[in-house]
Amino acid sequence: MIEVKNLIKRYGDFEAVRGVSFSVKEGVICGFLGPNGAGKSTTMNIIAGTLAATSGEVTVNGCDIYEDPIGAKSSIGYLPEQPPLYPDMTVEEYLAFVGGARGVEDVWKAVDRAMERTGLTDYAGRLIRNLSKGYRQRVGIAQAIIADPKIVILDEPTVGLDPRQIIEIRSLVRELGRDHTVILSSHILGEISEVCDEAVIIAHGEIVAQDTLENLTNRYEGKNIVDITARGDADTVRRIAASVEGIRDAEIEQKPMGLVRARLSADRDTDVRETLFFRFADARMPILSMSYEETTLEKVFLELTADKPAAQAEEGPSARDDSPEAAFAAQALENMRKAAESEAEESGTPDPADETPGEPETSGESGTGSGKKSRDKKSDDDYTPLFGG
Amino acid sequence: MKAIYDRELRSHLYGMTGAITAAFLLLMTGIYTAVYCLRSGYPTFSVALSGNFILSASFVYVLVIPVLTMRSLAEEKHQKTDQLLYALPLPLWKIVTAKYLAAVTVLAVPCAVMCLYPLILGQFGAVNYAADYGSILAFFLLGAALCAIGLFISSLTESQVIAAVISLGLFLLLFFMPLFAPVIPDTAAASLVCFLVLAVLAAVIFYVMTKNAGVSVCVGVILMAAVVLVYVAKQDLFVNAVPSILGAAALFDRLSPFSSGLFDLTAVVFYVTCAVLFVWLTVQSMEKKRWM
Repeated sequence: MIEVKNLIKRYGDFEAVRGVSFSVKEGVICGFLGPNGAGKSTTMNIIAGTLAATSGEVTVNGCDIYEDPIGAKSSIGYLPEQPPLYPDMTVEEYLAFVGGARGVEDVWKAVDRAMERTGLTDYAGRLIRNLSKGYRQRVGIAQAIIADPKIVILDEPTVGLDPRQIIEIRSLVRELGRDHTVILSSHILGEISEVCDEAVIIAHGEIVAQDTLENLTNRYEGKNIVDITARGDADTVRRIAASVEGIRDAEIEQKPMGLVRARLSADRDTDVRETLFFRFADARMPILSMSYEETTLEKVFLELTADKPAAQAEEGPSARDDSPEAAFAAQALENMRKAAESEAEESGTPDPADETPGEPETSGESGTGSGKKSRDKKSDDDYTPLFGG
Repeated sequence: MKAIYDRELRSHLYGMTGAITAAFLLLMTGIYTAVYCLRSGYPTFSVALSGNFILSASFVYVLVIPVLTMRSLAEEKHQKTDQLLYALPLPLWKIVTAKYLAAVTVLAVPCAVMCLYPLILGQFGAVNYAADYGSILAFFLLGAALCAIGLFISSLTESQVIAAVISLGLFLLLFFMPLFAPVIPDTAAASLVCFLVLAVLAAVIFYVMTKNAGVSVCVGVILMAAVVLVYVAKQDLFVNAVPSILGAAALFDRLSPFSSGLFDLTAVVFYVTCAVLFVWLTVQSMEKKRWM
């Protein structure tokens, strides 16, 4: 449906998009994911025809955007980052205008249908000037689907909306996906994973991955995590964690009131929950809570969009990203890892079971102290290497 | 294309620009008609349009056309609705033409009302209707040419105010051009210097647009060489060259034959050419924005 080959866009000396190639099949909701400034909007603008590329090929529905721009544009409905609305028009006037300009035959029927699909029927006669941001966004989406295009491109449709509106827009996008090919851009992972079938991850103007969401998660991170809170001491938990087969990393933290919190990660296909239950029972440590989670896409995203070249970034958890939160999280992870490494070197022996009680305690604190903040911010899951990295 | 035309016309009519343009034009033309034709007894309506330099209706254009055209593209950029226009399955020239025609339509309303004035004057004596309607047509075409220039300027900026101010300045310059032209030295040497400066300017503009120093220098050198060559070969071409070029660009001055009852076809052709040229330039300017 959409074929992009070797797309390059330069703004003066700055190369915003560097040789991007990808394709989107018919009937797919494709998420375009990347940190701010990664080149998402630029790429979408080029596909939609509002921006000219420096070089590269784009084919939309069989039409090359340079040879047959009209043909390509007529099969695309586009919602730019800022909805292109005329504040002095009412919703239905505006939609009728776009419908007319797009050459829709029965304009008013199309207007009614678009308003119905986007839940705007009650707002038909309202001036766009007086609409809230969420409703403006809806008008923007209605405008994109009014000519019933084969492809709908939505550039960050949920930015700046309240949580309720976000949920509404997401369900609207899912519904659109039934009879349109949808490209949706976002820097929010949850959105992509909730709505999309496929994701194209873009960072620094380059595509770092394109696959189904499931494959992406599988490919880049094969872990699941068991989060346990138990009554007891950290050392025992550490010993238990070391003795269970399949656990790769553990992050253990002594909490007040004799509680221990442990985040244990295991290979994706091993479920260590039952084993852990019995081991804890043997050690007479009551488990107060246990939760199980699979690797989040967030982690994959952070790794893929790291500042370093992709291959290097996949090796370690030192993921960086342009947003301050992610930078903070990445810095915290880095500190944590360094602390753990130096700890491992000092203690000489990598087996935590033989460690003196003092050393791992400091390791745990220095690691999780900063690590916790990062989790709070981005719910990141990274661990001090338990077995000497 | 019709949808864009309708929307643009609607924004002129519902907004203030259309009303201001029509009202101010009609008001001033009405006053001039009353003063020149009714009180002083001139039998030709065209005197009110262009007969008395600054005190005639053509000067009103200098003030109202910038207001009429300032919005049309600058505001689209400002509101980011140009994204919608670029994404429409329509060639850019159709979009620009539709907007241009909407502005011209607004202008046509007061011009149509003016067509009644000769009839009114006819009640009081003999009126040369052909000359009067001819000059109304020329007056309208002058407005249409100015609209194209205003539209082009509006496409260069994101701010309506800047668009209006630049248009106003340019129109004032064009209006008073007949006063400036005789002041400029008309010797061949002066023209040579002027053209050489223009060649350097062209090279600078070329550099600003392409950021390619080598090619820009080449362009500048070639242009200057050409100017010098022509100067050496045919020096008399340069005598009075600058004033006559400036005189030719005096858009408003071309209306003056009409006030003496002449129908100057060259002026009509000039206005139409000017309109087409600037609409085309507007399309290019919009197209260029896609590449930035």
